[in-house]
Amino acid sequence: MAKSNKPIVWGLFAAGGTVAAFVIPVMILITGFLLPLGLFGSGEASYERMSEIVGNPLVKIVLFGIIVLALWHAAHRLRITAHDFGIRNDALVARGVYGFAALFSLIALMALLSI
Amino acid sequence: MSRNPYVREVPRTTWYMRNRRYIRYMLREVTCVFIGLYAASLTVGLVRLAQGPGEWAVYVNGISSPSGLLFSLLALGFACYHSISWFNVTPKAMRIPRGDDFVPGPAIISAHYIIWGVVSLVFLLMMGVL
Repeated sequence: MAKSNKPIVWGLFAAGGTVAAFVIPVMILITGFLLPLGLFGSGEASYERMSEIVGNPLVKIVLFGIIVLALWHAAHRLRITAHDFGIRNDALVARGVYGFAALFSLIALMALLSI
Repeated sequence: MSRNPYVREVPRTTWYMRNRRYIRYMLREVTCVFIGLYAASLTVGLVRLAQGPGEWAVYVNGISSPSGLLFSLLALGFACYHSISWFNVTPKAMRIPRGDDFVPGPAIISAHYIIWGVVSLVFLLMMGVL
């Protein structure tokens, strides 16, 4: 049987899409609206509060999982959608989108490890 | 093969503009841009948090600016559209056998919406805003 990496690539895409569908809207609500509104305190207080929440190892693991899966989902979908927009250089698109996802996954990992 | 095959002209970059179904399809696919950008901006927030209170304040100022809030609004809209379009096709992806038949599609979709609500509530409770 021919070997293919498609099940892994599409499996991660589906996992990321599902996780994103469940958590991204509420996360945007929290970080994009409630945080600017000052619901976690203003200035130094919001820093203390967020450091405490994100400092929890379980929260770090969950956040890392969400970020990596969401990035992968977005990268893979954008690669396929680029074709629909008439961009036919798949090799270049793949390098760009997966590279972006890998770079930000790495940055997220390093940031989480130093919080 | 005929000597003069009929080739329908399809504009490569604007083909989806002539049919609402295609526009909806492209809108659904484009949600990924906002999911990706939000994940990246969240990552930047974590970097700022790791750097210290001063850097964190710069990040909070950025997302509180008019352009920051506009991005959040757009991202929220597209993220919700992603959730809705994703949940509405779940019966096609999961066929759950029950007796001689399958669990009906609307039940699978409803279950996803209920879980969506519960997950959102749990996140808000964990953040201490409810």
